[in-house]
Amino acid sequence: MRRAPLSLRLRLVLQLLGIAAVLAIVLYFTVRTVADQAAEATQDGVLGAATLAIAERLQGGDDDVGVDLPYEAFSILGSISADRVFYRIEAGGTTLTGYDDLPLPEAAGAAVTPVFYTRAYRDTEVRIAAVGRMVLVARKPVPVLVLVAQTRQGQEAIAQRVAQRAAALGLGSFALAAALSLLTAGSVLRPINRLADAVGQRGPQDLRAVDHPTPAELRPLITALNGFIARLRGALSRTETFIAEAAHHIRTPLATVRARAEIAMRQSTSEDTRETLRAVIRAVEESSRSAGQLLDHATVVYRSDRMADERFDLAKLVETQAEAFRPTADLKDLTIRLSGTDTPVIVQGDRPLIEAALRNLLDNAVKYSADETTIDLSLTGGPEARIEVADRGRGLSGQAQARLSKRFARGENAGDVIGSGLGLTIVEEVAAAHGGRFELTEREGGGACARLFLPLG
Amino acid sequence: MRFLLVEDSPDLAQSVADRLRLDGHAVDPAASLAEARDCLAAASYDLILLDISLPDGDGRTFLAAERRSGRDTPIIVMTARAEVSDRVDVLDLGADDYVTKPFDFAELEARCRAVLRRKGTALQTVQHFVGLTFNPLNASLSVGGEVRDLRNRELRLLEILLAAPERIFSKSQICDRLFSYAESVTDNAIEVYVARLRKKLEGSGARIETVRGIGYRLTSG
Repeated sequence: MRRAPLSLRLRLVLQLLGIAAVLAIVLYFTVRTVADQAAEATQDGVLGAATLAIAERLQGGDDDVGVDLPYEAFSILGSISADRVFYRIEAGGTTLTGYDDLPLPEAAGAAVTPVFYTRAYRDTEVRIAAVGRMVLVARKPVPVLVLVAQTRQGQEAIAQRVAQRAAALGLGSFALAAALSLLTAGSVLRPINRLADAVGQRGPQDLRAVDHPTPAELRPLITALNGFIARLRGALSRTETFIAEAAHHIRTPLATVRARAEIAMRQSTSEDTRETLRAVIRAVEESSRSAGQLLDHATVVYRSDRMADERFDLAKLVETQAEAFRPTADLKDLTIRLSGTDTPVIVQGDRPLIEAALRNLLDNAVKYSADETTIDLSLTGGPEARIEVADRGRGLSGQAQARLSKRFARGENAGDVIGSGLGLTIVEEVAAAHGGRFELTEREGGGACARLFLPLG
Repeated sequence: MRFLLVEDSPDLAQSVADRLRLDGHAVDPAASLAEARDCLAAASYDLILLDISLPDGDGRTFLAAERRSGRDTPIIVMTARAEVSDRVDVLDLGADDYVTKPFDFAELEARCRAVLRRKGTALQTVQHFVGLTFNPLNASLSVGGEVRDLRNRELRLLEILLAAPERIFSKSQICDRLFSYAESVTDNAIEVYVARLRKKLEGSGARIETVRGIGYRLTSG
């Protein structure tokens, strides 16, 4: 199994944190080195000055080198730290005064300017400055070496303090960088999240091209996505055209079959033949109804991806549909009682889709109504538009709306009434496409009550 | 009624024409828009049944032209491509109604009647029998000056019987024409309608006679 790749956010945060850590470490070492060097330079300066001060006081004589240790030289040393101070003055290979075990510089000889070196001395480390002078003793030049040394505890203490500060600085900057990297990751990824939300919040039928302001880096993704959507829509549209064509080619011969069967029915007196013809007509009715609803369904799916978004008067549509159903209802002596259509109810949406939904509701009501009953068709406007179709049919007999609205599902009490089981699916899909909803309930006193809610325009 | 039937499928045109003639209507078939225009130039019709896809053009073009010309003959469109927007289209173009193929002739008849009623067409469809005058368009019958309204099934029952007075119609024959094939009914279901119609025929000299074990007939006896 392939492991899911790291999330972009995690990846970005980890990389930014890595960079921040490296920078913090570099910062720490830089600060430490610079501080160490500065501390050493300070000590060297003081040591050098002390050495030179002693060297200045060297005096030649007839038999010996005279040394006058200047007190100031040592007081300067004492001023920078409480470190111990050692000295050694050596002339012609013998130590005149001081600690005769204080290490000599590697390159023996008299340097006029002090040389500095660090050595281990008496269980500790010392910094030593050495300077050489030629002193005349009995008119002969004798090389004299002046060494001044100091332990490094004070310097180390300074270095320690500096290191602590440097570490604190490094950690602080790392923490700051971490916080900033989280913010950065958030802001870099925000357009992606917004895009994901925009696509994710779409209705199930929404196949419009994605038209969302996105940074240039995401454009190729959008282009690819839109290309895919277009292909999908193309496939759906071809399906719809195909269904429409198929419906046409099926319906015309079906109409012929039906007409012929009705003629034969009129002319035949044999009860057996008539029974057969009735079955033929029922089959024709069933297949034409299925064809019609498949087509309606395809249209709903196809249209809702690029819904016409017009404002129109729902009252007029309801009235027209009621009128269109009257002759059919009349055949069963059904009355369609219309109410609420005398004032306009403006909604926004796709007129043919809403018409298809209402047609299916009325078709159901007419189909399932008992003879000589009344279908109440009412429209209410505000806070949302509500179309209610209430019949005195066989009702839902306790079946859930969710079950009846399923594709090709039909009520257990549908009995011999012809239907395809797509009608309520169509109504639900139209409601969903418009941000409305559909309710189907048992009507008080018998029958079913269907309510289609649509947002006002 | 006189129909102009504009339909290019010969089978369907023949069947529809035959079926309408069974109900006593006159039908002129036209297989193309050109033929339809010739027919309209030569005769006048009560109703035009119009198919949409025809060999020499779109029925909707014909529909729009008819309406532009100011002729007001009712047009019912027969569509096979019953797409939602198509229905809206044809009504907007001035069609009076539409039926979707394959259609129920009882429904077609009902729609024709509704259209004619709406248009206020004065049709010579009034039928007389003994002392009753029957107007199927208004769904009314008058007996000695008294107008009695008929409900749809009463009207169709009377139409069936009145088409051949004295002829015996079996219960199942009547049932098949009175009820939709989509619902199953027992032969006895018509008894209630027969009883009601009998009441409305009272005093007209016409009466519905039960022929035991066979069916019913309309008689003046």
